[in-house]
Amino acid sequence: MFAGLDPVVLARAQFAFTISFHFIFPAFSIGLASYLFVLEGLWLKTGQGVYANLYRYWLKIFAVVFGMGVVSGVVMSYQFGTNWSVFSEKAGPVVGPLMAYEVLTAFFLEAGFLGVMLFGMNKVGKGLHFFATSMVALGTLISATWIIAVNSWMQTPAGYAINAAGQFVPGGSWADIIFTASFPYRLVHTVIAAYLTTAFAVGAVGAWHLLKDRANPGARKMFSMAMWMAALVAPVQILAGDAHGLNTLEHQPVKVLAMEGDYHPSPDGAPLILFGLPDSEAAEVRYELSLPHLGSLILKHDPFAPLPGLTDFPREEWPPVHIVFWSFRIMVALGFAMLGIGLWSLFARYRRRLYEWPWLHRAAVVMGPSGFVAVIAGWVTTEVGRQPYTVYGLLRTADSVSPLAAPAVAASLLAFVVVYFVAFGAGTYYLARLMARPPERGESEPPHLPQRAAGITPASGVTAPFATKE
Amino acid sequence: MMGFDLTLVWAAIIGFAVMAYVVMDGFDLGIGILFPTFKVGEERDQAMNSIAPVWDGNETWLVMGGGGLLAAFPLAYAIILPATYPLMIAMLLGLIFRGVAFEFRWRDPGHRAFWDVAFTVGSVVAALAQGMTLGAILQGITVENNAYAGGWLDWLSPFSLLTGIAVVVGYALLGATWLIWKTEGSSLRHAQAMAFRLALATLVALAAVSAATPYLAYEYWRRWFEMPGVLLTAQVPLLVVVCAVTLFWSLRRGHERLPFLMALGLFLLGFVGLGVSLYPYIVPPAVTIRDAAAPEESLSFLLAGAIVIIPLILAYTAWAYWVFRGKVGTHGYH
Ligand code: HDD
Ligand code: HEM
Ligand code: HEM
Repeated sequence: MFAGLDPVVLARAQFAFTISFHFIFPAFSIGLASYLFVLEGLWLKTGQGVYANLYRYWLKIFAVVFGMGVVSGVVMSYQFGTNWSVFSEKAGPVVGPLMAYEVLTAFFLEAGFLGVMLFGMNKVGKGLHFFATSMVALGTLISATWIIAVNSWMQTPAGYAINAAGQFVPGGSWADIIFTASFPYRLVHTVIAAYLTTAFAVGAVGAWHLLKDRANPGARKMFSMAMWMAALVAPVQILAGDAHGLNTLEHQPVKVLAMEGDYHPSPDGAPLILFGLPDSEAAEVRYELSLPHLGSLILKHDPFAPLPGLTDFPREEWPPVHIVFWSFRIMVALGFAMLGIGLWSLFARYRRRLYEWPWLHRAAVVMGPSGFVAVIAGWVTTEVGRQPYTVYGLLRTADSVSPLAAPAVAASLLAFVVVYFVAFGAGTYYLARLMARPPERGESEPPHLPQRAAGITPASGVTAPFATKE
Repeated sequence: MMGFDLTLVWAAIIGFAVMAYVVMDGFDLGIGILFPTFKVGEERDQAMNSIAPVWDGNETWLVMGGGGLLAAFPLAYAIILPATYPLMIAMLLGLIFRGVAFEFRWRDPGHRAFWDVAFTVGSVVAALAQGMTLGAILQGITVENNAYAGGWLDWLSPFSLLTGIAVVVGYALLGATWLIWKTEGSSLRHAQAMAFRLALATLVALAAVSAATPYLAYEYWRRWFEMPGVLLTAQVPLLVVVCAVTLFWSLRRGHERLPFLMALGLFLLGFVGLGVSLYPYIVPPAVTIRDAAAPEESLSFLLAGAIVIIPLILAYTAWAYWVFRGKVGTHGYH
C-alpha cells in the first residue's frame, strides 16, 4: 500500500510529528514546575491560603501535563534507534552519553520525587514536600539543559573526531562537546520560551475566570503573577532571540538567509522582508513587502553592511525556504504580541484597572495558546533550517536513516497519529475542563473522586490556613 | 584505568538497568494485565493506587536501558531497534495508553471503563512486545556491514511468541504478588488466588523457554551443558526450584511479602540464565559486546557520573517507596 513512498520523508515526518507533540508538554511542564515551586514557596513563607489553593489547582493540571510529557518522551528516546539507526550508530558515542546523563540526572530526579509531590502532601512534612517540588522543578531544567546540549551539538558540532568506522567520537574535551557555539543561546531562549508559554497559559485561565467573577482571589492572583512574567520576560526573550539569530548567522548562515528570505546577496545592506511568498525555483520572494536596510541593521547592527544571499551557496545546501521563512515569522509575530500584552498589563496596573479591564482579559484569553504555537514554530525554524543535515555540515539526513521498508514506517506513522490524537486529544480536553473550573477556597480533589485516590490528595496540613487569611 | 574492563562494566550496568526495569515496571505492567479480573470500584482503585506514585520512576529504567545502550553500545542499539521495529512501536504505543490511563481514569468517571480497558490493553501489548523482543534477540538477528539486514517481520516466530507469552505471565505473577503485599480485604484474597495459578503458569513458561533455547543454536547448548561450566550453570535451575517451592509454600501459608520476593527471585534467575546464554554476544550471532562498545572516552565519561549518581537514584527511589509503604487501604494512602 505504502511501497511508493520515500522512507526518508516518512521517517522525517514521523520524527517531526512525535517531537512536536512531545515538546508541547515539556514547554508547559518546565514552566509549570517552576511556577508550582514559587507558589509553594510563597505559601510556606507568607502562610496565605490563596497560594496553597493555587498550588493545588495547578498541581492537578501539572499531573496530567506531566504524564503526557513522560509517555511522549519515552517514544522519543527510542525514535533515534527505530528510525535513525545510522545516525545513532555514528553519533552515539558523542550524543549518547549526554542523553544518558539526562536520564541519570534529570528523569530519575523528576520521577523519584513526583510521587511525593503529587500524593505525598500528608505523608511527609511541609518542608520535605517543598523539597520534592523543588527537585521536580530542578529536574525539568536539568533535562532541558542536556537535551539542548545534544541538539546544539547537532547544529554546531565541535569537539569530535571521526574514527575508522566513520563514527563521531569524542575528540578531546567533553566540555567542547557540551558547550558548543549555539548552546548557551538555544538554552536561554528555550527555557524562557517555556516560562512564557506557561505564563500565557496561566494568564489566560486567570483572565477567563476574571471575566466571570472579578472578585475571585485565586484568579486575581494568578492573572497578576502571569502578567508580571509577560511584562518582564517577553522583552528579554526578544533580546535573547536577536542574539540567537546573530549567533546563527555566524555558524549557519544559510539558515538565517532562509529565515530572512534573502535569495540574492545585498552588497549595500539587506532589507527586512516582512511578508511575501518565497519561491525557491525562481529564487525570489514574490509579493514582497519589505523595509530597506532594516535587515542589515538587525543582523549586523549596521544598515549598510553587506549580506550574502542563498544563491551564493549551492542549491543542495538550501533548507526548504518557505517553511523556515513562515515559521520564523509566526514566532516573531507572537513574541511581539506577547510584549504588547505585557505592556498593556503594566499600563492597566498604573491605571489600577488590572482586574477590571475586560478587553485586557479577553486579549489574554486569546493569547493563551500563543506560547505553544511560538515554541513549535521556533523549533520548526531551527530544525528545518538545519536541513539537509542531521549533524550540520557533516552527516546528511538522507544518510542517517534506518534501513527500513517504507510500509513499516508509514504504518507506524499512521499508528502514532491515531494514538496521539486519541490519547493526547482526550488529555487536552481534560486539561480544558480542569482549567474551566475556577480556583476555589479550600481547593481540593473534585468530590466525585474516591478520597485520596490517584488524583491529588487534600492535605490536612495544607487545609488549615485557608480559613485564616486570604 | 588499568586492568579495568570498561566494556564489561557497562554491560553489567545496562544489564542492571534492564533488570531493574523488568522487576519494577514488571509488577505495575502485571497489575495492568490483571486489571480486568478485579471488581470495578474498590478493588480496581486499590490496585491503581498501589502503583500511582511509583510507576513513572519504574518506567524511567526503560529510558535508562535505551539511553544507556545508545551511549555505551551504539552499534547494538542501531541494529536491535530496526530489527524489532514493529515490536518497539507497539511497545511505545502500549506504554502511552497505559501511562495516560493513570490520570485520565480519575478525570473522567464517565469514560473510566474505556481508560481501564486502555490500561489493560496497553500493559498487555507492552509486555508482549518486550517478551517477543527478547525472543527475537535470542533467536539471532541478520547483520551485514554493521547494519540490520533482515526483513521487517523476521522477529516473528513460534519462539518469540513463546517468550512473549512467558513475559506476560511472569509480569502478571509479579503484579499479583505485589498486590498481596499492598492490599487488603477482597483484593488481597483475589490476588492470592491469582498468584497461585500464575506461579504455576510462570514455571511452565520458564521451563518451556529454557527447553527451547538450547535448540536455537549449538552455541547456547554448549554454554549450558559443557563441562565444567555445567557445574556452574546447573545452579540456576536448582535455585529456580528452591524459589518455586518457597513461593508456593508462602502463598499457602498466607505470607504477604515473601511471595513477591520469591517472584522477584524467579525473574532474577531467569535473567542470569539469559546472561549465560548470551554472553559475550549482545546481538547474536554477529556482534559481541566488544564489537558494539563505544570508544573508551565515551564509556569512562559516562561511568564517572554513573558511579556516583546511580546509588543516589537508588537511595531516593527507596525513600519514595518508603513514604508510600504499607497497605494502600480502601481510600488510598492515609
Ligand atoms: C515562547 C516562545 C518563543 C518566543 C516568543 C520567541 N521564540 Fe525564538 N524560538 C523559540 C521560542 C520562542 C524556541 C522554541 O525556544 C526556539 C526553537 C529552538 C530554540 O533554540 O529556540 C526558537 C528559535 C529561534 C531562532 C532560531 C535559532 C537557531 O535555530 O539557530 C531565532 C533566530 C529566534 N528564535 C529568534 C526569536 C526572536 C527574534 C523572537 C522575538 C521577537 C523570538 N525568537 C520569540
Ligand atoms: C529528541 C529529543 C528528546 C528526547 C529523546 C526526549 C526524551 C524524553 C523522555 C524519555 C522523557 C520521559 C522521562 C521520564 O520517564 O520521566 C522526556 C520528558 C521530558 N522532556 Fe524530553 N525529550 C526530547 C526533547 C526534549 C526537549 C527539547 C526538552 C526541553 C527543552 C525536553 C524536556 C523534557 C522534560 C522537562 C521532560 C519531563 C516530563 C515533562 O516535563 O513533560 N525534552 N523526554
Ligand atoms: C522539541 C522541539 C523540536 C521540534 C519541534 C523539532 C522539529 C523537527 C522537525 C520539524 C524535523 C523535521 C525537519 C524536516 O523534515 O525538514 C526534525 C528533525 C529532526 N530533529 Fe528535531 N525538533 C525538536 C527538537 C529536537 C531535538 C532536541 C533533537 C536532538 C536531540 C532533534 C533532532 C532531530 C533529528 C535527529 C531529526 C531528524 C533528521 C531531520 O529531519 O532533521 N530535534 N525536528
